[in-house]
Amino acid sequence: MSVKLIDLQNITKAYGDNTVIDDMSLYIRENEFLTLLGPSGCGKTTTLRIIGGFETPDKGRVMFNGVDITDLPPNKRQLNTVFQKYALFTHMNIEDNIAFGLKIKGKSDKYIRDKIEYALKLVNLQGFGKRMPDSLSGGQQQRIAIARAIVNEPKVLLLDEPLGALDLKLRQDMQYELIRLKNELGITFIYVTHDQEEALTMSDTIVVMNQGYIQQIGTPEDIYNEPENAFVADFIGDSNIIDGIMIQDELVSFLGAKFPCVDTGFGTNKPVDVVIRPEDVILTSPENGVIEGTVTHLIFKGVHYEMEVMAGGYEWLVHSTMMFPIGAKVGINVDPFNIQIMNKPESEDEEAVSVEE
Amino acid sequence: MKNKIRLLTGPYLAWALAFIIIPLCMILYYGLTDRTGSFTLDNIMSIATDEHSKALILSVILGAISTVICLILGYPLAAILAHMKSRTGMILFIFILPMWMNFLLRTLAWQTLLEKTGVINTFLKMFGFNTINIINTYKAIILGMVYNFLPFMVLPLYNSLTKIDENVVNAARDLGANKIQTFLKITLPLSVPGIISGITMVFVPALTTFVISTILGGSKILLIGNVIEQQFTQSGNWQLGSGLSIVLMAFIVINMVVTAIFDKNGEGSML
Repeated sequence: MSVKLIDLQNITKAYGDNTVIDDMSLYIRENEFLTLLGPSGCGKTTTLRIIGGFETPDKGRVMFNGVDITDLPPNKRQLNTVFQKYALFTHMNIEDNIAFGLKIKGKSDKYIRDKIEYALKLVNLQGFGKRMPDSLSGGQQQRIAIARAIVNEPKVLLLDEPLGALDLKLRQDMQYELIRLKNELGITFIYVTHDQEEALTMSDTIVVMNQGYIQQIGTPEDIYNEPENAFVADFIGDSNIIDGIMIQDELVSFLGAKFPCVDTGFGTNKPVDVVIRPEDVILTSPENGVIEGTVTHLIFKGVHYEMEVMAGGYEWLVHSTMMFPIGAKVGINVDPFNIQIMNKPESEDEEAVSVEE
Repeated sequence: MKNKIRLLTGPYLAWALAFIIIPLCMILYYGLTDRTGSFTLDNIMSIATDEHSKALILSVILGAISTVICLILGYPLAAILAHMKSRTGMILFIFILPMWMNFLLRTLAWQTLLEKTGVINTFLKMFGFNTINIINTYKAIILGMVYNFLPFMVLPLYNSLTKIDENVVNAARDLGANKIQTFLKITLPLSVPGIISGITMVFVPALTTFVISTILGGSKILLIGNVIEQQFTQSGNWQLGSGLSIVLMAFIVINMVVTAIFDKNGEGSML
């Protein structure tokens, strides 16, 4: 698990004046499910295309198993891509689509037949071999695209928003399907998406990107529970991001009240961003809360109620299984370990990470 | 509401009736009758005479050669245009610009250029080169056809090539195909509708033209278009002219049916 299979070293890529990736370094370990996550235009697809060989970086090297492959054309790389919108060959039937790579490599007919059968079984589409791509649903086409890639036994499978065109239910099914495939094949997946839920569900490692910079690398739990900056906090799930002052270690003040927290090392009386997840906001009776407020919005979401609470001059987003009607006076409490303290961005580089909606 | 919209098609229907349906019926009538007005197949069968069949065969050969040359010249051009990310519009515009000039004028210009004492030969002589004498030959006619009809080949090719998803080509490369394999197995088959449309768009006018052959081929080379024209303008034999037109139309219809079979997606064929 610790071998660096792909190593991106100081990659920079610009289109004209527009720098899409700026001096990015990242490594991907063998057998890892790594997700590049970020809003559109953050450089995640370009990163994938550089790994796939469809783009050449302006600066930096791409290492694969210790070998420099920066200038190697895509057909010479030991990895395969599953493209956005499937990119099946519409003039060939499913069998010929799947066999394409194997025929190019001059495999025997029997080998190819066995592989087609194996791949169709793997993606649960036995008997579809003679059909044309157009006659398949989006989800089926996507599975064929995956089958077409994996019969070539790549070391790494690159997936570029493969579920983006599917409806919600299918997307969730396909997420489990992909995890199963990954475990069965035992290969490395590099997955690009803007959907944070997809990233959290499937990944071993998430790389959050924005404006060509890596914002944070970590496990889904790290990224969700310990976002390193306001951008990550805002992009992964919903958050309350509030201006605060770090009075001293383990004590922060915001919205006119003092909250005990667990963070240390920020100095004294330092301006910070305070991040609190909506499900970590505890609503109680007004006299028991640190801050008092009024419920302004209420929506039933199934698992929980989503409420907005005006308190201390800030509109708090609150997820709770307990319902407080609109207009109700409530008190707000937050457990110390649920308060996440982050430095405010200082330099311009860091400004790039700031939240843009 | 629906009826009102249908009414809007009225002017076109009247136009089609007056200038498409009725003339077609007249050609059919003339083609299938003799001067006394009684039914005959002689006009149509006259395609079998030596003179007429030679003209038709020559037209098919010259048209086919021109079409092939247009395809060979047009495909790379269309492919380059389709791959350009910017300025495509400008280059297409420059390319199509000559089409805004009168067709006759363009062809007459070639005559002036190619004449024995024409512009090209004057220059060649000036620098001591051998002159080229292709005016009034098949070569000049083919040159005229290629020059005039090339845009009709490039545009459908360009359209079909731009419709190919870049990622489909990338996928072939990703699966191990080199550039030549990718072209032969992916790009070329996927552009077949454009090729078929282009062939139709060039071959049909090339087959029927009489202007190009008259201006650049002199009076000695007779294409089927010239034969038909002569029947109407010189011999005054509308019956024979119509009969030959029907044969030519049958040829074109066959061509277009073949097109329609290949061109399932309807990339702009005329049928």
